Amino acid sequence: MRHLQPCGCRFLWGKRNTMTTDLDCNNLTKRFGDTTAVRDVSFSVQQGSFFSILGPSGCGKTTIMRMVAGFLEPTSGDIRIKGKSMLNVPPNKRPVNMVFQHLALFPMMNIADNIGYGLRRAGMAKPDIARKVGEVLERIGLPGIEHRKIDELSGGQKQRVAIARCMVLEPDVLLLDEPLGALDLKLREHMKIELKALQAAFDTTFVYITHDQSEALVMSDQIAVMNGGVFEQVGAARDLYYRPDTAFVAGFVGDSNRWRGTVEQAEGERIALRTAEGLLITSATQGRGLVLGQGAEIFLRPEAIRVAHDAADLAQFDNRVSGVVSSLLFNGAASRILVRDEVGEEIEVTLPQSGEFANLTKGAPVHIGWAGDQTTCFADRG
Amino acid sequence: MRNQARLGFYLLLTPLLLWLILLIVIPHIDMALLSLRERVGVGKYATSMANYGTFFGEPLYMWTFLRTAMMSVLATLITLIIAFPVSYYIAKMARGRTQSALFLLCLVPFWVSELVRTFGWMILLRETGLFSTLLQWAGLVDGPVEMLYNDAAMMVGLVYTSMLFMVVPLVTTLESLDDAVIEAGYDLGGSGFSVLREIVIPHAMPGIVSGSIVVFMLSLGNYLTPTMLGGKDSLWFTELIYSQFIVRFNWELGAAFGFMLLILSSVIVWGTLRLTGQTLEKTMG
Amino acid sequence: MKNSLMNGTVGTGVALSLGLLAHGAAAENLRLLTWGGYAPENVIEMFEAETGHTVEVTKSNNEEMIAKLRATGGGGFDLAQPSQDRIAGPQAEFGIYKPIDLDRIDSAQFIGSMLAATKANTTVDGEVYGVPHVWGTSGLVLDTAKAGMVKDYTDLCGADTAGKVSYRLKRPTLIGFAFSMGMDPFAAYGDPAAYTEIMEQVEAKLIECKPNVKTYWGGGDELMGLLRSGEVVASMAWDTGGWKLNADNADITFVAPAAGALGWIDTFALPAKGKADDAAYDWINFVMRPEVSALITESSGQFTASQGADEFASDELKARFQASFPPEAIDNIKWYPPVPAGLEAIEGGVLDRVKAAN
Repeated sequence: MRHLQPCGCRFLWGKRNTMTTDLDCNNLTKRFGDTTAVRDVSFSVQQGSFFSILGPSGCGKTTIMRMVAGFLEPTSGDIRIKGKSMLNVPPNKRPVNMVFQHLALFPMMNIADNIGYGLRRAGMAKPDIARKVGEVLERIGLPGIEHRKIDELSGGQKQRVAIARCMVLEPDVLLLDEPLGALDLKLREHMKIELKALQAAFDTTFVYITHDQSEALVMSDQIAVMNGGVFEQVGAARDLYYRPDTAFVAGFVGDSNRWRGTVEQAEGERIALRTAEGLLITSATQGRGLVLGQGAEIFLRPEAIRVAHDAADLAQFDNRVSGVVSSLLFNGAASRILVRDEVGEEIEVTLPQSGEFANLTKGAPVHIGWAGDQTTCFADRG
Repeated sequence: MRNQARLGFYLLLTPLLLWLILLIVIPHIDMALLSLRERVGVGKYATSMANYGTFFGEPLYMWTFLRTAMMSVLATLITLIIAFPVSYYIAKMARGRTQSALFLLCLVPFWVSELVRTFGWMILLRETGLFSTLLQWAGLVDGPVEMLYNDAAMMVGLVYTSMLFMVVPLVTTLESLDDAVIEAGYDLGGSGFSVLREIVIPHAMPGIVSGSIVVFMLSLGNYLTPTMLGGKDSLWFTELIYSQFIVRFNWELGAAFGFMLLILSSVIVWGTLRLTGQTLEKTMG
Repeated sequence: MKNSLMNGTVGTGVALSLGLLAHGAAAENLRLLTWGGYAPENVIEMFEAETGHTVEVTKSNNEEMIAKLRATGGGGFDLAQPSQDRIAGPQAEFGIYKPIDLDRIDSAQFIGSMLAATKANTTVDGEVYGVPHVWGTSGLVLDTAKAGMVKDYTDLCGADTAGKVSYRLKRPTLIGFAFSMGMDPFAAYGDPAAYTEIMEQVEAKLIECKPNVKTYWGGGDELMGLLRSGEVVASMAWDTGGWKLNADNADITFVAPAAGALGWIDTFALPAKGKADDAAYDWINFVMRPEVSALITESSGQFTASQGADEFASDELKARFQASFPPEAIDNIKWYPPVPAGLEAIEGGVLDRVKAAN
């Protein structure tokens, strides 16, 4: 919570543009014996928004989700859904439903019974259940599969059924615990878009947990980056990408060239840092108050770097490096090269999509450069 | 190449076939033939269905059989009711060492022979035994109580003897149930009971059925426990078979009894499978 | 007396040595199917040391012996010890024994009357199949302090001992009750109709008596436990059982019933497919020596058919025997005649129905 204001209310990404929140967690802490899995986390999720918690495995994101679902009791703090405290409310009484990592569809039931399970538990009449199940299947684009068995469905279809099973109950908040993890890459790309569309269609608050930054970046209105039991930063995808608050966020979200260096010169907003290998990099402090002699972590996105055959083309940049191509990483539109400079540092650089450098070969001399305010620096901790 | 593979297949198959034929098929054919023999004079025999006639003609034998079957079904049900929570605890709630320790605890009684186990119960239940003494000491009863030699004692022994054979398949199937599926049941509004009824039990059904079949067969074929704990009223079908073979020298009738037991127990198992919608492949596989 | 005994022993020793020489001292393995206590470890050691044969003992009872031998057609064992009344019937039916060559038996070692009776009872088609070894009786084993009123088998059904009675659900019980009810089942052995009639009456009596019974005992140890703990005060059992308990508790002892104790003799019989006949004959002649017989009496608690072995029996055992058997009781012992084949079927039905009755 070091980098977050008392609540996330200043970010308004919810579609309805209202101030209503569906989920509020206040000073949530969970300890397991001596280890603290979640430390004093507070956040609010706007009604109808897609909120993601992004973090490496073991960061505590699943613990938060399980506390919201009711499978774990917080050690301290409060969870409120639509303003009502959920403490001591058992999972089956909470207006929250969860899509599990491996979906947890009931293998002993057919599709209709899976989706109708919650309605039956709520005591709804049989014909109403059948109608509702039919409707929700229509909405997820799988009409008429009521009597199929679970194992007759494809991965993507199961995914949709799992969401439908929750959505038919019209929960205030839908929790999704890395539901795309088990899918293959192609399907996962497709489901990202589909999930976003489903969220829009159901107009329900989604709280999504993932360790995959691209899932979070593509789908979310707001993302909380979590590490070591605390939120490092909460914001829209763009904020996290371009304006990371911490070194962890800068390193975790998106690809970066990373260096460790010491501040050699400091002139107001501009500083120059020397990396361990001896490369001198100029950068803007972005108000982080780095002082002379201080150690720092330096991050630079590959796409922020310009490439040129001629050093003169890069004259406008305050960082200029000459080197040779040590590796070609062809990946269509996202092709990159590795450039080895005079001191032996390798720098990853995204090639422009114009095709200008398509003929670049290994060992070819190139010049690269970037503006100092593209570099992000964070003072070493401790 | 193909012939070699086939030879290998037959070589692998041979021990199994030998075992099946020598130890199961041949003795059963022998028993079947024996059961169709009738003693007509000293050392003289004729082929007839007389032994089966005796079985159906004497109400005592039918009654004993029915009683044995009913008591075995009851023992199976009681075993299931006790074993299910135990298995659920072992499979889903206990972790690590506790889990192994509990499982071991179920196994421990099988380190001693069935005879010793049954004697153990006799020591506990008899008139001068531990329970009777404890009850008297606690002032709950005035005089010694005999808890042995009745159906309840017999049931205790049967359930105790069968427990492991129910716990093992139940733990195996319950362990294969993803915890998330149970959680999903709660998450979608299910109560403990409905999760048990709609999710846990349907999932554990193959284990329940296979465990029940094994326990039922074991109880039906048990000899020691009913005779020792049931005492003068045990009236167990295997006792009848034993006494025909060993005490009466009437192997022919004994063989017929044995066959009736085989047939009727198969019918009951088949009926249970049909009723529960399970198949033998599913439960044993 | 002593002199003649010495002569006898020396004579046997010489005969044995000659026998060993004649057979080229071929050591055999004797597979003995017998009762508990009939082949004690010390006797086996002495026998093995003297003859070079080895002995392998399987403990069993009458029914199991017959069943085992029947299953193999008389194979698997070289010497069996069924009761004398249970030889002729199974032999006629299943042919599981081979005749005994009486020339190879030292008949002087046997009590003459017992040998003659056994030979007569075990003769099938003119061949003798058994010679006597151990004898005893079955009757009542009582806690005389608590069940002194029990004088006969039927007294077990009295109200005084309700719930504290135990007997076996086997043929000796049927026979004992029949005698006690004033009938003579042995006389009806040859007449199935008459025997059935007797058995029906016994059946009715036993069903009536069932509530009195704590349990039908199966093994001797089980009954010992029941009597020792006081859970059972009156039972029908073997004499030795009573005498053994008497050593621990002076109140408990064997009582010859008014209707007469049932006398039995366990024999030596050769299974049809026995492979070590030499060892079997050597064993018979060895264990019938009075001093060896005394060892067997000590281990089993039963008297043997060995001539002169009483000399070696302990005084306590003799005293107990005399206490249980006044002279008129000895005369009243009902010795089992050979059981005709098929009789078991009649008894079996009765026993099954008694067991099933409520």
